[in-house]
Amino acid sequence: MEKLAAFEVLDPGILTTIQDGGRFGFSQIGVPPSGALDPFSFRVANLLVNNQGNEACLETTLVGLKLKTLHECTIAITGGNLTPMLNGETLEMWKSHLLIEGDIIAFKKVCSGCRAYLSIGGGFIVPEVMGSRSTYLSGKFGGLEGRPLKKGDILYKNSSWLPLNQLGVRFPDEWIPTFRKETFLRTILGPQEDHFTPKGLQTFFSSTYEVSTQSDRIGVRLNGPRIERKADVEESIISEGLLSGAIQVPGNGMPIIILNELVTGGYTKIATIISTDLTKVAQLKPGDRVRFQPISIEEAHQLLKNVEACYEVFSNAMKGN
Amino acid sequence: MMGLYKKTIYRWLGDRGLVLEFGDEISFEINQRVRRMALAIQTEAIQGIIETVPTYRSLLIVYNPLLIPIDLLKRCLEKIEEGLQETPLPEPKLTKIPVVYGGVYGPDLEFVAQYHGISSEEVIRLHCSKPYWIYMIGFMPGYPYMGELPEGLNTPRLKTPRLSVPKGSVAIAQRQTGIYSMESPGGWQIIGRTPLELFDPQREPPALLRMGDQVQFYPISEKEFLEWKN
Repeated sequence: MEKLAAFEVLDPGILTTIQDGGRFGFSQIGVPPSGALDPFSFRVANLLVNNQGNEACLETTLVGLKLKTLHECTIAITGGNLTPMLNGETLEMWKSHLLIEGDIIAFKKVCSGCRAYLSIGGGFIVPEVMGSRSTYLSGKFGGLEGRPLKKGDILYKNSSWLPLNQLGVRFPDEWIPTFRKETFLRTILGPQEDHFTPKGLQTFFSSTYEVSTQSDRIGVRLNGPRIERKADVEESIISEGLLSGAIQVPGNGMPIIILNELVTGGYTKIATIISTDLTKVAQLKPGDRVRFQPISIEEAHQLLKNVEACYEVFSNAMKGN
Repeated sequence: MMGLYKKTIYRWLGDRGLVLEFGDEISFEINQRVRRMALAIQTEAIQGIIETVPTYRSLLIVYNPLLIPIDLLKRCLEKIEEGLQETPLPEPKLTKIPVVYGGVYGPDLEFVAQYHGISSEEVIRLHCSKPYWIYMIGFMPGYPYMGELPEGLNTPRLKTPRLSVPKGSVAIAQRQTGIYSMESPGGWQIIGRTPLELFDPQREPPALLRMGDQVQFYPISEKEFLEWKN
């Protein structure tokens, strides 16, 4: 396929990176998955522009990203509503659009959520590193030279053709998630729930925690009531493997939700957020409030199957179009 | 010391992870069990298992619940465990790691020597006195957690971690030794630096060291270190 210059970055905003579905199979040599933090919005963004796999998208945080279109292309924007604008007019999210040379895309203000995904027909092209195009910021590799976008960057895409009758296709309203300032996160207890007192567990599941400003792609730090630990257990455990959604409770008793950029850790994990709710986790921003609920693994897997069915239905509808 | 659990503990890590815990201490025996199990799972190639993360005393299994139901996953793993004793382990590979000790390269060497009431030379001699097992790779790409240090080098972590530790720094904490494969914050005692690249995403394989292999340190001069770099 031909490689075309699609955008010039006029302003990278607070943090914009290139992410695909993630870098898997290297945890045992310490390499985390990275990838889009909100897997649902990421996947739908690709489906909307007829990308078959986990093509690389832009993940932009809060506000400020501004792009100039260099070549005709199809795009879709999903995720948090960061008020995307096309040439000064509001651009509808969760829908495919055609851009032409000279069009300006800008993200104006945070309406809901924290991160938006901009997909492009054909996918953004950067070299694959260890099987993925995702940016791993602390490792300084993947994506665009292992770093966030900066002013003046040129973003390339594969040439691709979206059937004209699919332009303007929308993701069904009833499946579009809403990202609120106060949200419930469903979790599965453990793996180290036995390190906490019954009172500590009760505190965890009955309190509201607020997202701290010290949150990034590595983890979401929370402030709220301190979670009590049993007196006879150590504050840390022998380092072991981590997955995104794991909720660590370090010595200060304040929970931290682990995201996609850590592979091992030595803090106790009170509970782990279910895969389906990682989309909500990715959309948390400082000041948002969360509460935790315990559910069973079986329920979690059923929820995952339901989401999978949504993709399937929509994907088939796209193909049949 | 409790050693290996009589029965492995299975702990769920959310809805797509399962941690097999073989013991609750840093020991060679437990770690060999982790390694044996990781290799056996790799050999079995069970559909639905995405990857495994072997660590000191446990093994994280990452699976796709849409491809394998959890009762089947557990049964498969229990069956592999039953037949584990027969799984042969590959011979460990020994990698020799050159280190320039002390000075700007090892700012904590003096402290470690004073802490144990020995000379810096003795710290270096002890650190290089035997090969170490690589218990796990983690924390950052290619970072080896190795042990165990001679009892005479058992040193606590720094009270306040450093905001930035240079790449290649060779460090110790309690009876472990490690190498910072990238620049990063860190709380271990830095005693030297190696010119070797522990991790390079463009190289095949990207990580110089693997879990289950061995490392032997040897001292080099500052001149040798600088020439190595060039």
